Amino acid sequence: MSFGFPELAAIRLGFGLSPLTPPPADAETVLASVARSGPDPAAMTTAEASQIALSFRAGVVARRSGKPEPPGSKEAEQQLASMPIEDLRRRVVRAVDDPVGFGERLVQFWSDHFTVRAINRVHYGLSMTFQDEAIRPYVNGRFEDMFFAADTHPMMLVYLDQISSRGPNSVLAKRRPERHLGLNENLAREALELHSMGVSAGYEQKDVRELAELLTGLSFSHKGGFAFQQAWVEPGAETVLGKSYGGGRRGGLDDIRAAFRDIARRPETAQYLSRKLAVHFVSDDPSEDLVEAMAATWRATGGDLPQVYRVLVTHPDLASNLRKKVRQPFDYCVAGLRALGVRGKDLAALDRKVFNRAVWEPIRSMGQPWWQAKGPDGWPEEVEAWIAPQTLAARINWSLQVPRMLLKELPDPREMLVSAFGGTQSAELAWAVPKAESAAEGVALILASGDFNRR
Amino acid sequence: MLKMDRRLFLKGTALLGCSAAAHPLMNSITFAALPGDNRLVVIILRGAMDGLDAIQPYGDPMLRKLRRNLSVGPDNGALDLDGFYALHPRLEPLLPLWQKGELAFAHAVSTPYRDKRSHFDGQDVLEAGTGNDLPVDRQVGGWLNRMLQVMPGTSAETAYSVGVEQMKILTGKAAHLSWAPQASLTLSPQAQMLLEHVYHDDPLFRDAAQGAMQISGEVSDIGKMRGPTADAQALAAFTASRLNAESRIAAFSIPGWDSHASQSAVLGRALDRLAAAILKLREGLGPNWQSTAVLAMTEFGRTARENGSGGTDHGTGGALLMAGGAIRGGHAFGDWPGLGEGQLYAGRDLMPTRDIRAYAAWAMHGLFGIERDKLERTIFPGLELGSDPGMLA
Repeated sequence: MSFGFPELAAIRLGFGLSPLTPPPADAETVLASVARSGPDPAAMTTAEASQIALSFRAGVVARRSGKPEPPGSKEAEQQLASMPIEDLRRRVVRAVDDPVGFGERLVQFWSDHFTVRAINRVHYGLSMTFQDEAIRPYVNGRFEDMFFAADTHPMMLVYLDQISSRGPNSVLAKRRPERHLGLNENLAREALELHSMGVSAGYEQKDVRELAELLTGLSFSHKGGFAFQQAWVEPGAETVLGKSYGGGRRGGLDDIRAAFRDIARRPETAQYLSRKLAVHFVSDDPSEDLVEAMAATWRATGGDLPQVYRVLVTHPDLASNLRKKVRQPFDYCVAGLRALGVRGKDLAALDRKVFNRAVWEPIRSMGQPWWQAKGPDGWPEEVEAWIAPQTLAARINWSLQVPRMLLKELPDPREMLVSAFGGTQSAELAWAVPKAESAAEGVALILASGDFNRR
Repeated sequence: MLKMDRRLFLKGTALLGCSAAAHPLMNSITFAALPGDNRLVVIILRGAMDGLDAIQPYGDPMLRKLRRNLSVGPDNGALDLDGFYALHPRLEPLLPLWQKGELAFAHAVSTPYRDKRSHFDGQDVLEAGTGNDLPVDRQVGGWLNRMLQVMPGTSAETAYSVGVEQMKILTGKAAHLSWAPQASLTLSPQAQMLLEHVYHDDPLFRDAAQGAMQISGEVSDIGKMRGPTADAQALAAFTASRLNAESRIAAFSIPGWDSHASQSAVLGRALDRLAAAILKLREGLGPNWQSTAVLAMTEFGRTARENGSGGTDHGTGGALLMAGGAIRGGHAFGDWPGLGEGQLYAGRDLMPTRDIRAYAAWAMHGLFGIERDKLERTIFPGLELGSDPGMLA
């Protein structure tokens, strides 16, 4: 059977084929679609997230001292408790409905690249805002802007402990010597190691240290919001990767922005991120040719992401590496829902308990608990990390149980074989599906197959 | 379950005409002789445990100078072990093990990994068990897997990777099993046969499905665990159940050690999980605990000084915790390098005095009789084994 760019693009760059929408006709359609993945206009802002957090906290304080809870605190608590699953639901809804899916896949990629995790419930709101404030506005723009936005966003400042970092010689540290205030290197290290140049690049502990000093002053609290605290700043210029920043009295955010811009445009960053994109979209072991073509565009454009994406989308490696990758659990569930013809509005209307059983719990059992990446390096890419007995069992279970849970009438497996693969299915699968005992098992066979789990 | 698999397998081959040798269910049916009675459990502590707080060298006067709020010693609730070291108060549940000779530690250990202090590279090096001669991203396969490759009489059942996530320490050429305590799978015979056909030419899916179909029929429900240490307890209970059957080697991980800020809270919770896991292993293994060694290893230690946020940053030398009836417990192993001026690594971290791989190697030597040259060349290439620290009972 034959297939062309549209099927390839839907499977490899999006969330798979759907019986409801035709796949993108050409590369231009794919690239143009990314513009749709901007922030949700109705999304929560940091200020709103802080309001909820403060309201919740006031309730906790009142309860502890035996006083009546202030109005709104119960609601805030309930809202916080449902945020993780509702965040997953809105992500799934957008991904299922987007006809092309490349933009939503990129949102997933960059959100993972800048992994944040709200450990304490008071920060759940920030975790909700992170993607709309730090990722989506820049997904079709310049990397340096996303880099700066993500690493100075309140959720990142909290997650990587920047809010507790103080210049050892800052005004505050000198004023309060008994508090032994000092630096926290966490964000500075990950900014270089994970977010830009990569651990193999030639930076040193001294660069981490000086970048940490440059970042002093970044602050966030639910009461005070995001602020640059001059009193926390380590005085003097900081030399990061041979370039000097700050030192004047002009201060803070502009110097940090300048450093992030320079780091974003470095050849090591071009190389590291081009390879990471290629690994995510093409193959765990991408060709030098592809990576170099992307990195060259990165260097030439100073990290203009749409131009880098263009190289990826139009490269012949996209076709020659079909099914070299395995869909990660989130991508897998979205692809399954699309292939079943489920619509975003159906998912939005589901009882939370049903959504929990249909998506929330399954992706946990498949090894990708939402909001709970183990570390700031996010989820692994290698196919072996995702397919093991315990996690494949969860995928097979999903294939058997969830279609029946969500659909009144299952699709005819023989038709689904056509609509879900567009001619890309293997002979083994085409042979097996019609032999299933029931429609449910035929559908399950499709969704559990290597053909469907790979992309 | 195995019987049924065989029947299905025969039915499947007849129907589909697969070659028997290539069929996934073929390999799992033969059980090889077991490699002895001893058991080894490796727990990877992801995020870099602060060894100076978990096992506090309060006898070194410099500790008090470097740390004001952390590692506060026996005067402030830590549990004295030997007049020099004290156990973090949250490890109190393990104190009886120390007293019975079933808990030990080695301080100032590290892998050969230096200077970049990346968790992810640090963990990769720890699990690969290699030196610095290979770039981190080219290191493939883990040291437990290489041990399986040189051990006589192993089968896939010999080693278990436990938990949802992949354990790189067990990846490699030697077959092993993996499963998570909460996983399950039930298929109709027809669905199973068709799935096997569909996966047949894709080894990744074929082997995983084979494992899932086989294991899901064998393992019994370990019951629901509750509370903040539930995950760690479930991993340990499942591990114990497998080690009581054919398995002899298991690995799982406990995350949550990265205490850059509010270390007393972060580390306290992580130590609770570690203690709960070790006690659950002991309970689950019953008499087999006597022939078990547990090694709890972390990618590196943390800075000797407290940072500005009541925490510590990434360091170098750390601590290795050992437990089990096969361990000569109640002993502190390793040379203490001191925390004074000029004694710290790079002026900031605990100086490693021994390669952590040497302890793992001596454990393998004592438990499974792996020879010295295989340990130094194949399993831990480039390791100088050195003298036997004598940490096995």
